[in-house]
Amino acid sequence: MPSQLEVCEVSVAYGDTTIVHDVSFVLTAGSIGCLLGPSGCGKTTLLRAIAGFEPVARGEVRLHGRLVSEPTNTVPPELRQIGMVFQDFALFPHLSVANNVGFGLRRRSRADRRKRVDELLDLVGLRDAARQFPHELSGGMQQRVALARAMAPRPEILLLDEPFSSMDAELREQLAREVRDVLKREGVTAILVTHDQLEAFAMADLIGVLGHGEVHQWGTGFSLYHEPADRFVADFIGQGVLLPATVHDEIRVKTELGRIAGNHPHGLEPGSAAEVLIRPDDMLYDESSPRKAVVVERAFRGAEFLYTLRLTSGTEVLCLVPSHYRHAIGDEIGVRLQADHLVVFPRDRAPTELPFDGSSTRRNEPDQVDAADVPLADVYEADARR
Amino acid sequence: MLVARCRCGSWFNTGSITTGPVPLPGTAPLNETANAAAPLTGDALSRGASRRAWWPAGVIGIALLLALPVLVVVGFVFVPAGDVWRHLAETVLADYVSNSLLLMLGVAAGTLIGGVGTAWLTSMCRFPGRALFEWALLLPMAMPAYIIAYTYTGMLDFAGPIQTTLRDWTGWGYGDYWFPEIRSLPGAAVMLSLVLYPYVYLLTRAAFLSQSLCVLDVSRTLGNGPWRTFYSVALPLARPAIVAGLSLALMETLADYGTVQYFGVSTFTTGIFRTWFGLGNPAAAAQLSALLLTFVFVLILLERWSRRHARYHHTSQREQSIRGLHLRGWRAALAFTFCLLPLLLGFVLPAGQLGWWSLTVAETRWDGEFVILALNSLGLAAGAALLALLLALLLGYGRRLYPSRSVKSAVRLAGLGYAVPGTVIAVGVLIPFAWIDNSIDAWMRASLGFSTGLLLSGTLTALVFAYMVRFLAVSLQTVESGLGKIRPSMDEAGRSMGYRPSQVLWRIHMPMLRGTLLTALLLVFVDILKELPATLILRPFNFNTLAVRAYELAADERLADSGPAALTIVAAGLLPVILLSRSITRSRHAQSA
Repeated sequence: MPSQLEVCEVSVAYGDTTIVHDVSFVLTAGSIGCLLGPSGCGKTTLLRAIAGFEPVARGEVRLHGRLVSEPTNTVPPELRQIGMVFQDFALFPHLSVANNVGFGLRRRSRADRRKRVDELLDLVGLRDAARQFPHELSGGMQQRVALARAMAPRPEILLLDEPFSSMDAELREQLAREVRDVLKREGVTAILVTHDQLEAFAMADLIGVLGHGEVHQWGTGFSLYHEPADRFVADFIGQGVLLPATVHDEIRVKTELGRIAGNHPHGLEPGSAAEVLIRPDDMLYDESSPRKAVVVERAFRGAEFLYTLRLTSGTEVLCLVPSHYRHAIGDEIGVRLQADHLVVFPRDRAPTELPFDGSSTRRNEPDQVDAADVPLADVYEADARR
Repeated sequence: MLVARCRCGSWFNTGSITTGPVPLPGTAPLNETANAAAPLTGDALSRGASRRAWWPAGVIGIALLLALPVLVVVGFVFVPAGDVWRHLAETVLADYVSNSLLLMLGVAAGTLIGGVGTAWLTSMCRFPGRALFEWALLLPMAMPAYIIAYTYTGMLDFAGPIQTTLRDWTGWGYGDYWFPEIRSLPGAAVMLSLVLYPYVYLLTRAAFLSQSLCVLDVSRTLGNGPWRTFYSVALPLARPAIVAGLSLALMETLADYGTVQYFGVSTFTTGIFRTWFGLGNPAAAAQLSALLLTFVFVLILLERWSRRHARYHHTSQREQSIRGLHLRGWRAALAFTFCLLPLLLGFVLPAGQLGWWSLTVAETRWDGEFVILALNSLGLAAGAALLALLLALLLGYGRRLYPSRSVKSAVRLAGLGYAVPGTVIAVGVLIPFAWIDNSIDAWMRASLGFSTGLLLSGTLTALVFAYMVRFLAVSLQTVESGLGKIRPSMDEAGRSMGYRPSQVLWRIHMPMLRGTLLTALLLVFVDILKELPATLILRPFNFNTLAVRAYELAADERLADSGPAALTIVAAGLLPVILLSRSITRSRHAQSA
């Protein structure tokens, strides 16, 4: 597959403040990438550097093999053949929907332009709104116009800057899936910036988690959730707790819920203190289990309850249970651990001395291997025999 | 560049991890694991596209050219003026300073009360006559201060209609009663306020209308009444516009020559005129000008300071139509009177007086000479206003594209001329132009053996150049405030679709700013039509304008004879004012549709 976008050791700085540190990744043609991170992590700055609105302080950006950004030269955005969807859509208020979509097609003949505009309006389902003006449209429709406008000139790459952030939360995921469908149908290479992980999961093939201007991990939504490379990713993606553990041997650790094993060495010294990431879906409700925990909190999620459980040691864990098992706060219920992936971090101090300074030793290399296809850990013992 | 530049430090913890009973704080410092990059030095000036350096160079070049007259004048500070200056300092200087300050104080109070009050009432309240006032309050803009001064002098002097009627009613004779003297400093402050408040009204009203109603509604829901909302939310939000309008009005006040000259109030402008043309000492006049420029500079600093945080973009996605606060009973009557007074005193009465003079007294004054006068004035004003608009776009957009320190200062420099009195600009233009003319003439005579005469000074070029120096600030401020309302993402959207910055300006900003551009054009048009002192000095031989003619007749105490010329200035000034008010109303209807 040819690489459509190459970001190579890019740093971006405002004055003396470095906003983005040494980021590298490659996006193949037709794939959808995502820069995911909390606000202020530098993801938008990185996107703007790719677009050409910000110069890079270090590194290179290549679009379709062409060098477009290096510290000494920034090809201006208008010469990059990019398409961009803005957070506020930036639709031109003085132009109709059709003219907005056709805005980037000025070099085409009138007939060509019209054909392409119609094509895109069909694609986003707005054929009937062609003559309307942006302020007459709903937010979702404006968003689709912005998407059609950015895609019309068949850009080398489509950049989406928090495109759903002004939408209702319940619409976002659905819109993200719709946009993904449209992009895939047109075979567009795209990169999305968002702080919303569900949006990222719904849309992207490959997600990079950014924090403090650095990429912490690249992967699919599945691998980021189940195999976070460090505490930052573990914390940012999904919910969970870190359960105190002791390293048993090179693949197993001991916890108060039993021994857990991974399928590859975790690299920690046997006998040393560690922590294991326990997701709510790793904890199963099992009345027959001898391990008991007390319900401390209960949150109704529709199809399931999210329980906060206190173990005998006082440690609290989260547990997702189908909605028809209803327990009152204070009830003692049976639980067992069924972790498909073992995520272990070293623990330098006693758990009561939190917060950690959080240095992690295990980091995944930025790669594009679909981790979901290569299960890294599928061994568990965790009292499963009982 | 306008993206929120938060540093990584605090962020919301979306996922939640708890280790034991203590929740893990969201800030996990992981920097040490990554490539600890050495501090990078990004050159702020080269941010964005900087290869085509002609735009910033053009901006700086134009600004320097426009600053030339001021630089020439200031340069004269270092030329010894000798006894004349000492004489000035000992005798009249204190008067110039105190009179100018008092005049500014009076005009500031008058225009603020009149301008902000009427802007709030017409934009946020509903009362009988509001629709009329909305546009009619702009009418005094068409009335130059010196012309309103002529009319009130005619109305209020001993032989005028008011004092005559008073004597008829009471039977008093000369010296039996006290009557306020209009030809005085307070009189001048009232005259100037009556015609300058529309600057504040216009800009403040636009600011009120563009305020998101959500913001005002939020204030109401937080328990603030309409008046508290006005003081605590609407007024602070509109402050940049109010200060911009006020600074325009005060600069106009400092630059006024016609009114204070006619009323015999000694201010800087009359003093400069007297020193230069009476005492024949350009150096001392230039030094007086430099002192006046210090005042102006303080004013500009104040204006810039108040606008330091004033990059307000629209935050609401949609602008709702304004519902307005319904006033009834005595409140409605009060609002009606408050809006009626400036309209009546600033336009209806003086215009009526001018009309009366023109109709009855000066029957012989409408002739062919008059048509030429009118065509001269209108053509000159229209052409110069268009040029000013083009330059303003070049500078305003240049500053948006290249917000480097040098470009920003250049744009500021170009806007300084507005505060410089026409007298001073005229002299600052004459000196270098005459020097250039003489140099060219001498060279041509030496090398080719014939004389070129005067090429620049005494031509329309010199006059138009002086107008640019003087009035570019008007169109520049309007254009810049319009550009400030266009979100930066609009520019970026255009750029990302393959448009160069100049194409973005042409295809996106100009259509979006149609109303603003018209405003800029008309404001400058009216200003040039009314301009007196620079035209008086710089006009080509045999080229007369309406303003100059009205001034000459009034100076000869032929007030009634000046009626037709003055009325034509007012009438011509009226057309753009009406157009302006209509375009404002229309654009608002379009928004609320």
